[in-house]
Amino acid sequence: MVGGPYIIETLGLSVSYDGRYAVRNISMRFPRNSITAIIGPSGCGKSTLLRSLNRMNDLIPGARVEGRVLFKGVDIYGDGVDPVDVRRRIGMVFQKPNPFPMSIYDNVAFGLRINGIKDDLDRRVRRALEQAALWDEVKDRLRENAYKLSGGQQQRLCIARALAVEPEVLLLDEPAASLDPVATAKIEELLTTLKQDYTIIIVTHNMQQAARIADQTAVLMPDETGAGTLVEYGPTRQIFTNPRSRRTEDYIRGRIG
Amino acid sequence: MALKQLLDRVVPRVLLTAVSLSVIFLASLLIEVAYTGLGMLSPNLIRGYPSSDPSRAGLRPAIWGSVWVVGLAMLVALPLGVATALYLSEYSRRGWLSKLIYFNLTNLAAVPSVVYGLVGLSFLGYFMGAGRSVLTGGLTLSFLILPLIVVVSMEAIRSVPELHRLGAYALGATRSQVVARIVLPEALPGILTGSILAVSRAMGEAAPLLVISGLIFVRDAPSGLLDGFTVLPLQIFSWILRPQEEFRRLSAAGIIVLLVLLLSMNSLAIVLRNMLQERRAE
Ligand SMILES: Nc1ncnc2c1ncn2[C@@H]1O[C@H](COP(=O)(O)OP(=O)(O)O)[C@@H](O)[C@H]1O
Ligand SMILES: [Mg+2]
Repeated sequence: MVGGPYIIETLGLSVSYDGRYAVRNISMRFPRNSITAIIGPSGCGKSTLLRSLNRMNDLIPGARVEGRVLFKGVDIYGDGVDPVDVRRRIGMVFQKPNPFPMSIYDNVAFGLRINGIKDDLDRRVRRALEQAALWDEVKDRLRENAYKLSGGQQQRLCIARALAVEPEVLLLDEPAASLDPVATAKIEELLTTLKQDYTIIIVTHNMQQAARIADQTAVLMPDETGAGTLVEYGPTRQIFTNPRSRRTEDYIRGRIG
Repeated sequence: MALKQLLDRVVPRVLLTAVSLSVIFLASLLIEVAYTGLGMLSPNLIRGYPSSDPSRAGLRPAIWGSVWVVGLAMLVALPLGVATALYLSEYSRRGWLSKLIYFNLTNLAAVPSVVYGLVGLSFLGYFMGAGRSVLTGGLTLSFLILPLIVVVSMEAIRSVPELHRLGAYALGATRSQVVARIVLPEALPGILTGSILAVSRAMGEAAPLLVISGLIFVRDAPSGLLDGFTVLPLQIFSWILRPQEEFRRLSAAGIIVLLVLLLSMNSLAIVLRNMLQERRAE
């Protein structure tokens, strides 16, 4: 397997906005078919780190990436790499559910259509919805506008939409932040099943959530200049029961209260 | 203290008086037009041809002239304006070029419309040889409404949520795909609403077309781009200039036709906008 057991690896990754660093010198590896959680105080660069893994940062004027991000051994910031191709293979789900103003079916088929896939659309849409544990709830209303779904359903639709193009990695930026506990539990359960087929990297501000679903957890903390650095990274149990640094311990204890 | 309280009481009354005055002024104008013109409204007014006999004179060439000129203006200005807006807001958001273009466009919107007519006649009409034709009139009007269309389109494009664009990019969409499949469809209703307002602006415009076509006697609807033309406001204006009392009443009837047309277009735009707002709130 190219890249070994690690599908993504960052090497000395730093990201700045108009010269101000948001994350600095991050080197970490993400194992395949597992869930990695990224936690840390607000503003420490979690979203920035996540966006730099599939070149969504390219869309932000003033953003600059230094260091390397290897996806299956290839630097996604290297010459000749098309960011569009990177994003198709490394999908992303956002904090706020963002279905397009079109039907449920068209939402899921969107990524397929723009990538020129025309055959088997029905089957692919159904498979994605099944994977996102949404099929049973929407199978009789595929032509309805996606906005008619509840918030939790909308977020699972966004997950289905991302899965439809068959990415290898799924990035999620606080996907349950705007959802109620029941909808959150559904998403968490879904992610633990999805890791059999995908590599999942999730940013969360919810410690219990990280503890419940993540195989390994990374903790980002701001340095003196406010830029996020990686202060802790290891198996989730270890991070929560026996953190190496005093700062992590205080942070985790403070958040769990 | 006392002054402040006094002002608090006086200012609203002054404002109310001002509002009432302008409403009364407008209302009396409308009543005067309706009183003079209603009696002259007839199917013949819309179907008939111009004539020196006021009981037979009609607006047919003027209505068709308006349709031709305004239609041509929209045909040119709508794609050009939307393309400009898309370029300015989706392709060069931060560029100095887009700032320069936007600045110039908003300034153009403040140029008196008669200036467009003068430039249109001398450049298109004489220099390019298009004469006092539908082509010259339509193109001139298209440049007149271009800034309006660019500005409303940019507004509609700006109201497309950034998260929809990002969602599409995250699925591996290229910028052109995001523009064609997300931004344009979502902005289109807003663009259309603004375009209806642009059409009604162009319909009511008299000054630049007066310069271009003059108050000529137009016997029939135009049948080609190089034909001469008249439009509703000009036909009405030419009737007002006639000495006979009947023509003055006929012009009032023409004003009613024009007003009904403009008001229904503006209401259509408002209804459309409200429908869209409701849909977005869902
Ligand atoms: N689009 C942006 N433009 C400029 N600065 C940004 C942008 N996004 C984030 N930042 C800055 O980068 C830092 C990290 O932000 P972010 O990655 O959103 O942190 P987190 O997700 O941990 O809350 C913050 O100081 C924030 O102000
Ligand atoms: Mg964030």
